[in-house]
Amino acid sequence: MNIGRVVGRAVSTQKDDKLVGTTLLLVEDVDAATGAGTGDVAVVADTIGAGAGDVVLVTHGSAARFSAATRDRPVDALVVGIVDSVRMGGADTFSRRGGFATAPPHRTPAKARSARGRRM
Amino acid sequence: MLLAEVTGLVVAAPKAGELEGVRFAVLQPLGADLRARGAQVVAIDTVGAAEGQRVFTAAAGSARLASGMRDRPVDLAVVGIVDEITLAPGGRA
Repeated sequence: MNIGRVVGRAVSTQKDDKLVGTTLLLVEDVDAATGAGTGDVAVVADTIGAGAGDVVLVTHGSAARFSAATRDRPVDALVVGIVDSVRMGGADTFSRRGGFATAPPHRTPAKARSARGRRM
Repeated sequence: MLLAEVTGLVVAAPKAGELEGVRFAVLQPLGADLRARGAQVVAIDTVGAAEGQRVFTAAAGSARLASGMRDRPVDLAVVGIVDEITLAPGGRA
């Protein structure tokens, strides 16, 4: 599993029948300590309602199929939790309310995280 | 299996129903010199590892063979805490 930030949402109308109704998010990997984006992004299935800007736990590979909503579906990445906090060295490096303690040099333009976002 | 050091803990909710009550650890993988190597990852922890401890993990399908993790959406599990490492002569550490 790894920690990532939801940076967008992918909409697809032409797709495998087994993916109908599956929410697909764009999740950028982040450093667990600083929240800095790594630049690597993945399309990740979401069944728990994560939204733009949320820091999430993503499971990969066949593990992504071990949830009620993704069983036997062609999915290899799944959001399994929205992160409330990350604790390192006795202090929270991240909290859902306050973000990362060290302000990450976030690569994603603010516009992409607005409610409307940008279509690209 | 990956050799890593526990660097933190993650609290996450709401989780997928299959992961209620599961404990998550942030791990820094270690290289042959026992220093940090590669990006940090998150694993479920069923053995109770503490921050600073060295652990080893089972990945992919093997992670779901960890106690209580059968059929859960888990791809990395801490399956042991390392008490001691002995490096062969010529080892890098």
